[in-house]
Amino acid sequence: MFTLILYIISIAFLIVSLYKDKKKTKMALMKSWKSFENILPAFAGVLALIGLVLTILTPEIISKIIGANTGFLGMFITSIIGSITLIPGFVAFPLAASLIQRGAGVMQIAVFISTLMMVGFVTLPLEISYFGKRVAILRNALSYIFSFIVALIIGMVVR
Amino acid sequence: MKFFKRYVLFILIILLDVIILFVNKQLGIKIFINTTSNFLNMLGVIPPIFLLLGLLDTWVPRETIIKYLGEKSGIKGVLLSIFLGSAAAGPLYGAFPVAEVMIKKGAKFSNILIFLGAWSTLKIPMFLFEMTSLGTKFAITRWIVDVIGIILIAVLTDKLINSEEKQRIYSRKLWS
Repeated sequence: MFTLILYIISIAFLIVSLYKDKKKTKMALMKSWKSFENILPAFAGVLALIGLVLTILTPEIISKIIGANTGFLGMFITSIIGSITLIPGFVAFPLAASLIQRGAGVMQIAVFISTLMMVGFVTLPLEISYFGKRVAILRNALSYIFSFIVALIIGMVVR
Repeated sequence: MKFFKRYVLFILIILLDVIILFVNKQLGIKIFINTTSNFLNMLGVIPPIFLLLGLLDTWVPRETIIKYLGEKSGIKGVLLSIFLGSAAAGPLYGAFPVAEVMIKKGAKFSNILIFLGAWSTLKIPMFLFEMTSLGTKFAITRWIVDVIGIILIAVLTDKLINSEEKQRIYSRKLWS
């Protein structure tokens, strides 16, 4: 659905651009291609890595580790899993909900959700290629620490 | 040789996949199916994103971006960055090329970091979904804490990066 809207919008813009200035449109297309070609190696590597890691770490394995643990150790484990895995939100939220129903702690799940969204260990090479080592590592490290703060606050509010 | 160097990560992982295929055929096939579907997914979403970016880069003048997101954009720049990030959809790596154009056009560095943070955690379609699965209290608490956290992380990262590093990021030409 999102993709379809994106296609409609971008094609509409392309038509407007073509109508207004052919030369500029050609330049824009060249820029699009160049930027894509530039990032393709990193993209391809990361996508292959996701394919490998997500196949080995099935939801069953993940849920076993999260469900069995509580306390800080559980949070630590979920934070690591969240940082490594790349599960889309519409899969992660129901998974998280079912884990809570099966007795997993809210804080453990909150850390999992937060690191899942903010920390990208697998996509780090890609991020580095865009922003450099320092920025990428700092952003991920700070987000990782912050995930525990979010979890503690959610743990206090949600009872 | 140049090709190999650029694609080294990709080639190594595929090699590992092939080794797994020989050791455990079932798992290996599963890995290849998942990897292929990842690529098909990407090829589906990526073309319009890069098309839009090319158009954006050609048509939107630098001055406009500087005015709304640049050094002097203040609180409005912060709010606009949050809005742009939360209105988006798709995985975080989809935000990187967008941030790249913002950098190129002279947006303030902390605003770019806020945009990335908002993209990763504040997406509105996802928020609605989170409310239905994890409850309103969980989702709203996370949203509020995240808004504050994203700004703090952005400011802190911005402070911890020296101007030399920032210069390098701004002057780097990923695409010209």
